Amino acid sequence: MLLFLEQLLNGVQLGMTLFMMAAGLTLVFGVMNFINLAHGSLFMAGAYVAAAVVAATGSFLLGLVAGVAVAALFGVVLDRVIVRPLAGRGHLDQVLATFAVILIANETVRLVFGRQPLALDPPGWLAGTVEILPGVPYPLYRLAVILVGLLVMAGLWLLVMRTRVGMWVRAGATHPEMIQLLGVDIGRLNGLIFAAGAALAGLAGIVAGPFIAIQSGMGEAILILAFVVVVIGGIGSVLGAAIGALLVGVGDTLGRAYLPALVHELAPAGTAEGLGPALASMGIYLLMALVLALRPKGLLGR
Amino acid sequence: MRFNHGLIGGVAALGLLAGAAAAEPVKVGMVTTLSTGGGYLGQDVRDGFILALEMAGATDRVELLVEDDGLEPENGVQIAERMVERDGAEVMTGIIFSNVAMAVVPKLVRGGMIYLSPNAGPSALAGKGCHENYFNVAWQNDDLHAAMGAYVAGQGFDNVYLLAPNYPAGKDALTGFKRFYKGNVAGEVYTQLGQTDYAAELANLRAAGPDAVFFFYPGGMGINFVKQAAQAGISQEIPFFGPAFSFDDTLLDAVGDAAVGIKNTSQWSPDLDNEANKAFVAAFKDKYGRYPTLYASQGFDTANLLLSAMDAVGDDVSDQAAFREALRAADFVSVRGDFRFGPNQHPIQDIYVREAYVDDSGNVTNRIIGTVLEGHADAYAAECAM
Repeated sequence: MLLFLEQLLNGVQLGMTLFMMAAGLTLVFGVMNFINLAHGSLFMAGAYVAAAVVAATGSFLLGLVAGVAVAALFGVVLDRVIVRPLAGRGHLDQVLATFAVILIANETVRLVFGRQPLALDPPGWLAGTVEILPGVPYPLYRLAVILVGLLVMAGLWLLVMRTRVGMWVRAGATHPEMIQLLGVDIGRLNGLIFAAGAALAGLAGIVAGPFIAIQSGMGEAILILAFVVVVIGGIGSVLGAAIGALLVGVGDTLGRAYLPALVHELAPAGTAEGLGPALASMGIYLLMALVLALRPKGLLGR
Repeated sequence: MRFNHGLIGGVAALGLLAGAAAAEPVKVGMVTTLSTGGGYLGQDVRDGFILALEMAGATDRVELLVEDDGLEPENGVQIAERMVERDGAEVMTGIIFSNVAMAVVPKLVRGGMIYLSPNAGPSALAGKGCHENYFNVAWQNDDLHAAMGAYVAGQGFDNVYLLAPNYPAGKDALTGFKRFYKGNVAGEVYTQLGQTDYAAELANLRAAGPDAVFFFYPGGMGINFVKQAAQAGISQEIPFFGPAFSFDDTLLDAVGDAAVGIKNTSQWSPDLDNEANKAFVAAFKDKYGRYPTLYASQGFDTANLLLSAMDAVGDDVSDQAAFREALRAADFVSVRGDFRFGPNQHPIQDIYVREAYVDDSGNVTNRIIGTVLEGHADAYAAECAM
């Protein structure tokens, strides 16, 4: 039972990282009708800049600020150079252009930082473990990630549901012509959304940095999961992204934790070794297929 | 047009003159992995190879063609064909990953090309699929895992938890470990290839209460796993063991102090006490500004093996029987100490246990703490009918 609670917490933590990625992706997709494959490159940019700044200054907070700022700036540039010129074009053009950005970003990182993965350690005051339940030491840093994810969720909810800009965003998603006629500069609004999504992707990269290898191409694996989250949650819905991220995070973690052992009980030895992990890695895609079968537009899609 | 023809003729004549002045260099094709997360492996093999040519003053005897396979078997096949058919490569080398090697190497060696493997050593090429044109200068894939099994068993651990990615080399790794380790297996877990989050596996691992952990996570997976295990406080409680692939100097830099104390098996170490190795390590650090990895040592040895065989045949590799004979003799000074080929043309060599530690300059690196297997030959040599 304690182990189950621990695994549940692990799932929530994974979900929080996914949410930070998926929130920007779903807004850009939903409001601007733009498919941005380069979202993973923004994740990578945040992690690399933070790692470089932390290595130079020794301050994690400074690295955090710099990483988010550079990712947001990268987002503004992408918006001007790629997103706006291709806004009215079909999805295929957008996919091709942003895929090119992935290749360019990966190669640039390789030229600047080399092929060696970089290190980013959690700040000293977040290293180590705390005993959250008797006999279950839990990494303090993972708890901090959950907290950051909750703060981002709350912040986004306030922004979208309780502010004027948020009202424009919601209106822009459903009636873009209408709010343009009412005097809202939709181009600037979209640029703002894109930059905010980029900043969140950068934040996700920095937050994930201490767990994972910071290397060229690190954004692609998480990008696929983020798209799964967006599709499950419903395109354009931040709340859907939050629910989808938690579903995927918890589902993936519990699947990896329990499916192999379960399959081992049921299947004959020999096939079980490969089958369990294969099923576990398919789990979230099965979940996605199930959601799409029941609700073709995602849980909260309109 | 007339002028152009004259110009081309002149250039061709100059080329002939240059050709007459010095013997033609031997063309070596290197298909290796320079991009993706595994790109630093190919980089080190290439850099070690080039360094050996420079230190031997042999840069004009070998013309090296290098190309990135992007860890894609199809790319590897195309590049190899182009190098052999269009560029006229006479010797091939360089492949890092076994999946690429299995797509490229059998075709090459059956087509009469000599191939020197600086890294990948799939069992299929060591046993029934061995070939007189195929030489492995690194190891057979199982070797380092089998050695760690012997070491862990020898240290008295008898309840070991095993982890590896769910792909052929991962399964070979755990099979290799169990060749000499006969104790209880507390858990045998295969994870997704390229997985980044190991929280679920680590929680299960702690709950299983093993007395030691053996894992095979090469490249970025190794960084992720070791960092997360240290953050969860698990690698401080339970001793961790693995092959050198998860603990080369590049990965140690990225993992940092979390790796200190972890023991790993390797056929080479930067602190191996022989003259050739000292010169290699110093020259590598000097030229490239980083610590060499085992991959760099393998690239270095591959070039020196090639040069030793070229010496024996007067740089004329067209007489393949004589060239093969010279390669088989392995008459070169390996940075890993004693080195000779077994009947399947794979190394017979000592395998050491190393420990990650912080050296005088504050860098996390490896040092040897003992020899596990002396004069080890791989388990598939007997199946090779050559």
